[in-house]
Amino acid sequence: MSLTVLNAIIAVVIAIGFAALNAAYLVWAERRGAGRIQRRPGPNVNGPLGLLQPPADGIKLMTKQLVIPGGADKALFMVAPVLAMAPAIMSFVTIPFSDMIVAHSMNIGVLMIFAFASLGGMAILLAGWGSRNKYGVMASVRAVSQNISYEVPMLITVITIVMMTGSLDLKDIATSQAGGIWNWNIVPSLSAPLMPVAFLIFFTCSLAETNRAPFDLGEAESELVAGFHTEYGSMGFGLFFMGEYANIVIGASLITILFLGGWGCPLGLFPGVWWFLLKIYVLIFSFIWIRWTFPRTTIYGLLNLSWKILIPISLFNLLLTAGLLKVF
Amino acid sequence: MNPTVVSEAPGLFTADGLAGLVFLIMVATTIIGGYIACSAERLVRGVAGLAVCFIGVAAIYYYLNSPFVAMMQMLIYVGAVCITISFAIMLAAPEDSKKSGPSGPLAGPLGLICAGLATFGMVVLALRTSFPVVQKINMGSVEKIGVQLLTTYSMVFELVSIVLLIAILGALVIARHGRSK
Repeated sequence: MSLTVLNAIIAVVIAIGFAALNAAYLVWAERRGAGRIQRRPGPNVNGPLGLLQPPADGIKLMTKQLVIPGGADKALFMVAPVLAMAPAIMSFVTIPFSDMIVAHSMNIGVLMIFAFASLGGMAILLAGWGSRNKYGVMASVRAVSQNISYEVPMLITVITIVMMTGSLDLKDIATSQAGGIWNWNIVPSLSAPLMPVAFLIFFTCSLAETNRAPFDLGEAESELVAGFHTEYGSMGFGLFFMGEYANIVIGASLITILFLGGWGCPLGLFPGVWWFLLKIYVLIFSFIWIRWTFPRTTIYGLLNLSWKILIPISLFNLLLTAGLLKVF
Repeated sequence: MNPTVVSEAPGLFTADGLAGLVFLIMVATTIIGGYIACSAERLVRGVAGLAVCFIGVAAIYYYLNSPFVAMMQMLIYVGAVCITISFAIMLAAPEDSKKSGPSGPLAGPLGLICAGLATFGMVVLALRTSFPVVQKINMGSVEKIGVQLLTTYSMVFELVSIVLLIAILGALVIARHGRSK
């Protein structure tokens, strides 16, 4: 009993530490990457390569005064950032980093991550409404309608994977792809010929679900000041930021587990946590690369992409895979 | 009607005691959420209270060893229903009319009497029912639930889909009506 309690506490501490560390240093990576892409240095003054910039930013955010705008709904205004951060931390608990390293393996792990991810929409709505700012309200309505419409193709793609594996357990899904790159779910097989397309759909949806450019309509600076967190300063803003980067790490981990073989090596040699970390950071780098390369879409283009293109294709893929799984 | 045999209460720091404490926290969350949802003056706060209430209920499902239902509760009720309600509130009316209306005849003494009667009925029901300790039938796995839904409960399953279809058609009719204005 005491051992399980201790395990749980250690797991939560590691999850929070991992999320916070990633949030801090992914901001640094993002700014350096943006600098490279835009032919400027990026933060390079504090420490070697600017590596001391994140702690300095953190101290600044934590010591600033928390200003609550007049007329705002104080309770909702305070709750929203916490609600943005907490579900992200919860999701880390069930992600298996290797066959040994998982805090709490659930037989419905996929479902749990999506259940907690759906709380993020609530956080954005409460933030936008609670701060009593018209840009905030408009941005939150945009962000949530985007989140809802991209959740549909994402879940349909996940159902395809679950059908192929026969399990909702992330660990089982990763184990079923062990052995080498030819076993990975991204590679088309006889019973699932459209898997590369499914991967593209899932990748696009995770960009949209994490509100990243080119789908960052929720915080379009050129139209909506800063979107749903316009009124947030100091650590309220910090929590939104940490939540966003934690969600990016979760999205990359999900893609890795569902499509890229989890902790398996492409050649079947030395599977382990290092392969998992390598894959998620390559994916995160591609997220950053896309953000600074593509311009922002419009809200109509965005919603049309989901409802008129991604959902029909993913439904077709689901039906095709279901039929072929019966045949072969 | 047999008098209920109350076994000795476990200490707070035993496994059962802590589990009981966790259960009480979940119940408290549900009740507080429900109270906020009923009594909030601003509708958005009411929705937030409703979300808290749903999370409490999901936690109770998890406590009762059916994680699948708990996750579905979160995904559908918090992730979809609450967000849809807040959408409706935000898109429907200007700020001032987003407060709940005047209280009807059920508020006040009549409401108190009704609530009292309902509580009394529940308590009598709970005391009269004998709660047998049921064996755990299966792991509550997704596979078992799916098989049950498509065999034993297929009628219910199909009827639910008809209800959803009617809801979608109703929404379309209302939306078309609004467009012609």
